[in-house]
Parts: sequence; structure tokens; C-alpha cells
Amino acid sequence: MTNQTLILGIETSCDETASSVVRGGTEILSNIVSSQIESHKRFGGVVPEIASRHHVEQVTIVVEEALKQAELTIEDIDAIAVTEGPGLVGALLIGVNAAKAIAFAHSKPLIGVHHIAGHIYANRLCKEMTFPLVSLVVSGGHTELVLMKEHGSYEVIGETRDDAAGEAYDKVARTLGLPYPGGPHIDRLAQEGKPVIKLPRAWLEEGSFDFSFSGLKSSVINTLHNAEQRGEQLDAKDLAASFQESVIDVLVTKTERAVSQFGAKQLLVAGGVAANKGLRDRLNETFNDRADIELVIPPLSLCTDNAAMIAAAGTISYEQGKRSDYTLNGNPGLELR
Amino acid sequence: MNVLVIDTSAAPLSIALLNEHAVLAETLINSKKNHSIQAMPAIESMLQSVDLSPKDLTRIVVAKGPGSYTGVRIGVTLAKTLAWTLSIPLVAVSSLAALTGPGRYFNGFVCPVFNARRGQAYTGLYTYKNQELVQVKEDMNGLMEDWLDELIELDEKILFTGQDAAVFREQIEAKLGDQAVFASLAENMPRAAELGLIGMQMEPGHVHDVVPNYIRMAEAETKWLEQQKKADSHEG
Ligand SMILES: [Zn+2]
Repeated sequence: MTNQTLILGIETSCDETASSVVRGGTEILSNIVSSQIESHKRFGGVVPEIASRHHVEQVTIVVEEALKQAELTIEDIDAIAVTEGPGLVGALLIGVNAAKAIAFAHSKPLIGVHHIAGHIYANRLCKEMTFPLVSLVVSGGHTELVLMKEHGSYEVIGETRDDAAGEAYDKVARTLGLPYPGGPHIDRLAQEGKPVIKLPRAWLEEGSFDFSFSGLKSSVINTLHNAEQRGEQLDAKDLAASFQESVIDVLVTKTERAVSQFGAKQLLVAGGVAANKGLRDRLNETFNDRADIELVIPPLSLCTDNAAMIAAAGTISYEQGKRSDYTLNGNPGLELR
Repeated sequence: MNVLVIDTSAAPLSIALLNEHAVLAETLINSKKNHSIQAMPAIESMLQSVDLSPKDLTRIVVAKGPGSYTGVRIGVTLAKTLAWTLSIPLVAVSSLAALTGPGRYFNGFVCPVFNARRGQAYTGLYTYKNQELVQVKEDMNGLMEDWLDELIELDEKILFTGQDAAVFREQIEAKLGDQAVFASLAENMPRAAELGLIGMQMEPGHVHDVVPNYIRMAEAETKWLEQQKKADSHEG
């Protein structure tokens, strides 16, 4: 018998107000995302207060649309899953309180979901998981390697010690005078340039799966400044290509080592930076011909923040009997466990 | 009619349940605890204590601001989501109105006050005519000093209400002298039941369209607009 659990997901951790209905943890019935990116562009980044204001305006509209597109009413839903953290606290609060109100009004179970667990479970909407697996999570706020031995269990084996990869992309893009968000622009430039400029790679201690991108970021800025002082014009395309290669070298090398060390059967890529073409290409080159490991990269719409991933991760919590009570709160520093 | 009222716009949490004939329950918690943690459990236990279920509710009334941005959003989010998901009407009332109750039997104006820091307040001016609340001056945000200059023009007594009135007490008395009257500690608390009485009389809005009344723009937006203006004047 197929799993028919119906979970309503809500996600408001950053600048997307999102809601979705997922069946059986694998099948998307609706996936509504209201993006605020146009509103934040003028500020060159996400402004927390503005994000919170948008969320409160959008949240009921987005949830209504998710149910409508799924052709369901709230009575059909088994549980409400919502991102409880990490993220912007004021933004998280909107989703959490909306979810509590719905759960309370209809006596439905409430399930708090970790945002990164959500990103990882976006993969299950494409491909069933096989354990043990390793997930590489790369986004504006996160760079992590997570080991999973079974559903709902997460072991962070590596994380960034300073900037997230996506953050480094945005900062380098700003230095190059590219508009926000900078990641896609760097990726595009990098495709046209050559990685001929020498930039560092932060391997950290032997055997570490942690990351560090702030040194690389500073090095890019210094390289630009030094060239300027010599009156030279650096080719932005080459600089983008060199920066991107440094990031990808470290990400993919550490991922490859983690996959071998833990005997992973799957490598799941998660987070907004998974949309990066350079990273996708390199991962495909590295893992596609290997019979011992399956590489899964979700489509772009599931890599960026959405609520289907929250509903998918929430399905596992629901099935494992995990519940939140009405004291559930937004937790910006929530740990993945 | 079973009306649930939610006010999380300032430090105290104030919720109430009432109908046309009676206030069934009212909860006031004046602690530093986070509304996001406290509000929903408080609503749940209040409904339980009067043997009502969420499905028995027929209207939601919420304090829409001004006040703490985050606080106002928690209340408005709970209220609009409850109203939407239960398909019942939603009415949003000024948070300052929750502090006007003590003015009902007062001969003069009522001035509820929230501290907005750096000498500023969120405030407004109200009066009761035949037991009905009438707004005299729009809710505003600005320097208390300027606001008092406006009030001194009025030739009537003014009752200052709200916990934060104490913050400005010296300043108010220095300016208004005998014209100023202050409410008691007990009457300085926001009363959700008062909001409920007002909200019962009002025409509900469309649930999706109900948004907080922050009065102030987000700081980033104010700065951005200033920069735009500067840029424009340089070009012009
Ligand atoms: Zn994310």
C-alpha cells in the first residue's frame, strides 16, 4: 500500500513565503512560493524587518493557494509542518504562529522542522533515499556535510567556520560590482572565463570536513585591489572562474572524501547553490560514472527555499511520532540533530 | 457570538473571550516572556476553561499596532490565520484603543502612550461620547515634546494611560501641569475585553488584507528613500 500521509508545509525562514502539500513524503500536490527578492534587491541583501512585513502580508494567501492547488481542505491534512529554524527570527515567527493557529483551530498535529533537514528532504521528492547517505548542503546561509544513517537522523560531519559558500559568492559579486544576488552572475561569468588567477584553497586540518571561505573572499578582494594599484585591469570573467574553481575544488574534494569514508550509497545535493552550473558539472563529472554511489541533484525549484521540502521532512517526523506543542517558537540558531 | 480578542502589541499579553452579553474570560500576563511562546497556549487554556472549542468562535478581534513590530506581527499572524482557517470575520483595532477603557467615565480626553524610545512615543487622542469611543487625533509616532505642544492647545483635562506613560510623566507634568491626569497601575494595563467591545461594533475587513499598522516605515526603507531623494536632487 502506498503511503497517503498528507502534510501541509509552511516555510518563512528568510525571504520566501512558501506553503505546500506533500503526499507520502514523496509526491508534491502543490508548491507555492511567494518571493520577495524584488523588494530586497534595492537594499543589496535581505532586510529582516522588511522580510517579516512581507511574510505577515502573504502567509494566509500562500497557504490558501497551496490547499486550493492540491484540491484539498484543511480537514484532509494529517499534520502541519513548519520551519522552526535556523533563519531570521522575525521571519520564522510568522510561519510558526500561522502553523500553530491552523493546528489549533483544527486539532491537527504540529511539527517543527529544521530548515536544513528540509533542504535535504527536497531530494526525496525526486528520488527515494538509500542509507547511509551524505548530503552536501550549500546555500546563502549554509555550507554543511550531513551524514544520514536512517530517516530523520542527522549527523553534521562538516560545516563552515566562517562564511557560507553562498555568502562568499554574494560578497565577491559585490566587489565585482555585480547586482544582488550575486551567485548566478558569478556562475555565468565563470563559464566564460578561465581559472588562471591563483587563489587559495582552505583545506583546514588533515581529515577535517569543515569549510572556510572568508580567506578566499579576502584574497579575491586583495587581488582586485593590487591589480588596481598597478593600474592593471583584471578580467572579471577570469576572476569569477578562478574564485568559483577554488570553491568547487574544496566542496567536491571534501564531499568525495566523506562519501568514501562513510560508505555512502547516495550523495544528495541541497540548497540554493546547488543551482550553480559549475558545481553541478563538477559533481556530475566526479560521481556520475561511479557504480557505488548515486548522485541526486534536485531541480532548481526544489533547491531554493520552498515548503514542499519542509512538508517532506515533516512527513518523516510525523511518521516517527515527533510532535511540537503550542510553545513552538522560531529558533534562529536551531541545531540539526 | 463568541469573540476571541488578541493583543500582543506591547510587553503584556492580553487576550479575552466575550459575547454580546458578557466577558467570558480575560487573561493578562505582564512578563518579559516571549509572546510567540506564550500566546497560543494561553488562548488554548482560556478556551478550555470556558468549555469552548475553536470551532465555536464567530469573530476574531486583534490589536493591529502601533507597538513592538514583532509583537504586533505575532498577534496579527495568529488572528488572521485563525480567522482565515475558521472562515470567520476578522477585525483589526488600534492597540492604543486597548488602553482607553479608564477614560469611559472621565470628563476630558484619553491619551494612551507606548514608549517608542529616544524621546518618541506611539500615541493618539481619544474621548468617550455617550459611552462610545471617538478618535480625536490619529495614532501617531513622534517626539513626546512635539505631541505635548499640540495637547497644550486643548482646553480640557487629559488622562494619560498605559504602563509607558510613567516614562514620560515628568515631561508631561512639566508641560501640562494640572491638565494632565494619570491612570492607576491596574488601569494602565491593556484590556483585550475593551478591544473586543470596540471590535464587535466594527465592520470586518477582508482577512488576507489585514496587516499591522506599524505607523513607521522600516528603517532600511527610510534610509533608502533618503538616498533616492539625494540622488534625485543631485541629478536635478
Ligand atoms: Zn534555505
